[in-house]
Amino acid sequence: MQRRTILILGIVLLTAALLWMIFAVWPGWLIDAIGRKKTFVNTLLNGITLGGLYFLVASGFTLVFGLMRNVNLAHGSMYLLGGYIGYEVAEATGNWFFGLAVAFLVIAVSGIALQVAIFRRMQGDELRQTLVTIGISIIAADLMLAVWTGTTYQFDTPEALYGAVVLPVISVIKSSGAPVFIKYPMYRLAVLGVAAVVGIGLWLFLNRTRIGMMIRAGVNDREMLAASGVNVHFIFALVFAIGAGLAGFAGVVGGTALSIAPGEDIRYLLASLVVVIVGGLGSVTGAAIGALLIGLAEQFGLAYFPTYGVVLTFLIMVGVLAIRPQGIMGTR
Amino acid sequence: MPGASGKANAYPLGINPAFLLAAVFLIAYPLFASDFFTFQIGAYSLILGTIALSLTMLAGYGGMVSIAQMTVAGFAAYIMAILGTNSVGVMGLGWPWWLTAVLAILGAALLSTFIGAIAARTEGIYTIMITLAIAVAFFYFVRQNYQIFNGFTGFAGIKPPTLFGVYWRDPTPFYYLTLAIAAFFYFAVLYGARSSFGLGLQAVRDNPRRVRALGINVFLHRVVAYFYAGIIAGTAGVLLVWFNGRVSPGIVGVDMAIDILVIAVVGGMRAPIGPFLGAIAFVLLENFAIDLIDRERFNTVIGLAFLLVVLFSPDGLLGIWRRMESRIRLPRANVRWGGRANRGDWHPAGSPERT
Repeated sequence: MQRRTILILGIVLLTAALLWMIFAVWPGWLIDAIGRKKTFVNTLLNGITLGGLYFLVASGFTLVFGLMRNVNLAHGSMYLLGGYIGYEVAEATGNWFFGLAVAFLVIAVSGIALQVAIFRRMQGDELRQTLVTIGISIIAADLMLAVWTGTTYQFDTPEALYGAVVLPVISVIKSSGAPVFIKYPMYRLAVLGVAAVVGIGLWLFLNRTRIGMMIRAGVNDREMLAASGVNVHFIFALVFAIGAGLAGFAGVVGGTALSIAPGEDIRYLLASLVVVIVGGLGSVTGAAIGALLIGLAEQFGLAYFPTYGVVLTFLIMVGVLAIRPQGIMGTR
Repeated sequence: MPGASGKANAYPLGINPAFLLAAVFLIAYPLFASDFFTFQIGAYSLILGTIALSLTMLAGYGGMVSIAQMTVAGFAAYIMAILGTNSVGVMGLGWPWWLTAVLAILGAALLSTFIGAIAARTEGIYTIMITLAIAVAFFYFVRQNYQIFNGFTGFAGIKPPTLFGVYWRDPTPFYYLTLAIAAFFYFAVLYGARSSFGLGLQAVRDNPRRVRALGINVFLHRVVAYFYAGIIAGTAGVLLVWFNGRVSPGIVGVDMAIDILVIAVVGGMRAPIGPFLGAIAFVLLENFAIDLIDRERFNTVIGLAFLLVVLFSPDGLLGIWRRMESRIRLPRANVRWGGRANRGDWHPAGSPERT
């Protein structure tokens, strides 16, 4: 009880300080200490939107693990493949949203194919399944390099999401007395919105639908679920499709916010790994918390101590593992 | 198959001809092989095999599949460049080679212990995830960091010493150096598996809960295993930097880390000879796959080979060999390859304790 009060008090104070840092005009000493306010607010927003993107990738990863105990190390490859497919379709049809839908569907179907053709054959042999996904990711990375070469692709942001928004946040007040407001790209805010919608959608799906109930039951006890007459293979294939589809979806969303190029698969695989290790394997809420933490850590690391940025992410992971090996929201 | 020495005399049935043959072949190899085969194939296979041996030791005896063994080896390679001499002009403190080599191996062992301490709190696939995350994070770190690790370019011009009038990077001396070190660790792992620590580790692998109930410290066993694996990988890392003459982030990249896993799995994790078989297959494929397919698509070939082995022969090449052997001469094969119950008895012939 005592500990909880202190914790809540700490969170409230931290939030208050953060809100003050966002909305107040910074006094001189603060600027001297940590630099311009614009950098800080932009880094904060970048961190949160990156967290949103990481959540999109990692939620599929953690969902698949939670139900099937399958660590899909080809998840990053699915992200990248989704990005490439979405790019091709969007270029061919001129419709970004169409590309997004096709990427989701194609990667979802590839996920089902993997589940039916390979993972079902080695149910329960987690280590072997993991090794198989490593093999698949090696081949996938090489074949994607063969098809799309080493070029970096950049999506055209859809018209509706183009441009910048003026935020009601003042960065400095000019000598003339006119306030300067901070601008932020519309698209990145949209990424955050999409992540929130996906997160809430997943939560509703898992907690408020019949199939979601079966999935949760399967996470707790797979054998018992099968014994109750549920077609477990169907549930597995469905979850794998959603998990993989989300990776493909994130490929287009992330590819538009940043870019798609070889090597991105590893980057997002690392992000997914760290996010679920920190957040707790199998927990969608944990993935959200982890994604936010890692997104913020990465952006603040990049902005404030460039050559040691990764260390911050790493320290968060080590810290969580030392205190709670199962992750923040994990249960074991 | 293993490069056994006189120790095989202790084997009740006399010297196993296969061991003797392999030992003679390995020692005489530079006499008939060209410089290319001695250096690029022979020495390189032995180095990769030694790094993979450290993984086999962790995974085969300890049940901990660590992807970060290449990171450990790469760290030793970086220490050699940072404390020793390099031609890039960043760091390069110019310390004598014997000091840097010892510090590099120790540093690698400490890093490995640290990784182990993080990873050993969890089990199974968690270990893969955590070590993979560490490996990738280390890769991004050395690539970003220009102050110490010289970022994207890394270091070049790292040379082994000239000692006793021999320049140790010449193909034949370097081959013998790697052979000696590989053989040393090969027998060390064989011997270690029979020590009380090795037996404890195998018990931890088979049933951590029961071992814990017996009052044995599971965590400590795992972390110490990581320390030993770090010494093996670190020593191989020193050899690797002498072999390449340079070190850059690519060496600790995911590709290389996965290659080590591929080597260990393809060779077979059930005996310390596995990683060396895997390394030979890997290096031969790497050098001669160009003749069969496009050089660019090498990773597809490696990935496919890996996938096929994982799907159809989880014991790797060693498993295929074993199945062939048991088909040819069943009675003896049963003696030599016991069931799962005595997986520790991998190579009765190589055991120094049997006199």
